[in-house]
Amino acid sequence: MKLLAANRLADGEAVWLGPDGQWVEDISAAEVARDADSADRLERIGHEAFLRNEVVDLELIEVEIVNGQVRPARLRERIRAAGPSIHPGLGKQARKSAFTLI
Amino acid sequence: MYRYDEFDHAFVKARVAQFRDQVERRLSGEITEEQFKPLRLMNGVYLQLHSYMLRIAIPYGTLAPRQLRMLAYIARTYDKGYGHFTTRQNLQFHWPALRDVPDILEHLASVEMHCIQTSGNCIRNVTADHFAGATADEVADPRPYAEILRQWSSLHPEFSYLPRKFKIAVTGAERDRAAIQVHDIGLHLKKNAQDKLGFAVYVGGGLGRTPMVARKMRDFLPEEDLLSYTTAILRVYNLHGRRDNKFKARIKILVHETGAQELTTQIEREFAALKDSDLKLPHADIQAIQNYFAPPALPPRPEGGGVLVRAADDGNSFARWLRHNLHTHRNPDYACVTISLKGIGDVPGDISADQMDAVADIAEAYAFGEIRVSHEQNLVLPHVARADLRAVHDRLHEIGLATPNAGLVTDIIACPGLDYCALANARSIPVAQEIANRFADEERQEEISMLKIKISGCINACGHHHVGHIGILGVEKKGAELYQITLGGSGDENAAIGEIIGRGFGPTEIADAVETIVGTYLSRRLDASETFLAAYQRLGPAPFKEALYGSHAKAA
Repeated sequence: MKLLAANRLADGEAVWLGPDGQWVEDISAAEVARDADSADRLERIGHEAFLRNEVVDLELIEVEIVNGQVRPARLRERIRAAGPSIHPGLGKQARKSAFTLI
Repeated sequence: MYRYDEFDHAFVKARVAQFRDQVERRLSGEITEEQFKPLRLMNGVYLQLHSYMLRIAIPYGTLAPRQLRMLAYIARTYDKGYGHFTTRQNLQFHWPALRDVPDILEHLASVEMHCIQTSGNCIRNVTADHFAGATADEVADPRPYAEILRQWSSLHPEFSYLPRKFKIAVTGAERDRAAIQVHDIGLHLKKNAQDKLGFAVYVGGGLGRTPMVARKMRDFLPEEDLLSYTTAILRVYNLHGRRDNKFKARIKILVHETGAQELTTQIEREFAALKDSDLKLPHADIQAIQNYFAPPALPPRPEGGGVLVRAADDGNSFARWLRHNLHTHRNPDYACVTISLKGIGDVPGDISADQMDAVADIAEAYAFGEIRVSHEQNLVLPHVARADLRAVHDRLHEIGLATPNAGLVTDIIACPGLDYCALANARSIPVAQEIANRFADEERQEEISMLKIKISGCINACGHHHVGHIGILGVEKKGAELYQITLGGSGDENAAIGEIIGRGFGPTEIADAVETIVGTYLSRRLDASETFLAAYQRLGPAPFKEALYGSHAKAA
């Protein structure tokens, strides 16, 4: 299973491609591609958004579903989704959902 | 400190306007990411894991209170209320929005700061001994020469597209606190038998994936030849550096592959042609720059001595702070104070906006308005009257910055690691926090005495792990973090690259491993005066290996 990760151009925020071509800040709201065709579709939509200067650094990332929650395979992507594992009061890491990710 | 002249102001202002235009064109889609990326990097803007990162140059680590207050303002207004001091005496903001960066740069320019040459394959911020201009053990202040190098290297047309980045460090003392031997060029300011100032010149040091200690190319280079000799080194490097392979592009590889002797011959040949050119520094110009760095007039304050002698016997935290966070000033009534940014469990090098403002206030009230950033991610007040140390300590204590641990086991260098960095493979900061928590007991820290732990989250070695007495390198193995330990490294005048001790340790094992190493040192040292590094050099790796990987050790 895959998700499309990116950073928003204007502020750099880590985002994921959600339903209807929207970029979401919470990985749990991202659209999961369960096969190669769906992954291609995500990439195509992402590339169009890149050309519209909405996002940069696009990357398809591996994920799995654990206890009903999306969990990236690589630690790097889990930290990206959860926020830094320090300064727990700031940013994404302050969200309740972040603690279960890393 | 150096003050911008009209040319400097106009130059930085023009650069801000230029970048504002570039950002606007990028956001409107007029230029592509591919076109924009090198432009943003030339202005210190990186894209990291969670957001952009802005790296601000602090030339030779010298900061004025008005500059620190501006950094506090930017932290509050455009970031998340804190900044991070780096191992190259710079400051990084980890959360700026790209659209805000032009405004941030404009604020920085108003206090004579910028982000130029904090990235890219150019000559980076020149670093210096953080006690420069104050310490008792230097022959002269190295910062005027760092400033001369800064002015010369800023937008230098010949050296803006080098094979790779290029780092220069300068010290004016025999005791090297600027890690000059692990820089591309290391300059040791010294005097010759005729009492003339000049430099021992080291070339080809560096850390990263191929760590190397620099080779001494010149034992004494007269000060007036600084720019011509540096130009000669860079010309040879620019011509012959390995542009074909990013991992072999630093000058250290050129020194290694060409041989120090042959490279010296090439540099000296180039130097002979440049020696009497316009690059020769007129004495009047050196003097003019030196005048900017004239030390403050320090009034006699002999009343401090007695107070401190009594306080030192107290056995409390202030007494510990006096023992560890002071450095000998050339004026016996004064001291250099290290402000530890390594509170137990805190993020090494991080400082909040409120703390920045408070340090600026303290520097104005007690330290003649001078602040330094150390490459060990601490701050320094270089000129504090001994009579004012109690007041300074108490003010620092109020803002949580009086941790008495400078140079001790909890004064850990750590790169941002995988918590922020797009290049990292493992986290550094949580490892530093756990080790600091483990060794929090102040008495125990004193018993262990000087021990430098340095942690990097990838092979690029921003955390200087190769030169840590205990170095920790985070890698990724089978999708998990793994930490390799090196022992016996040193970044001082006896620079040495640490040796890998054996298999790595998992995140839950690394603090135990450090405990084991420290325990082995304590049980095997000759007496309390033998430091960890000295003991390691005497004992070698065997007893540490035995302790770590014996039948009961939990090696990953």
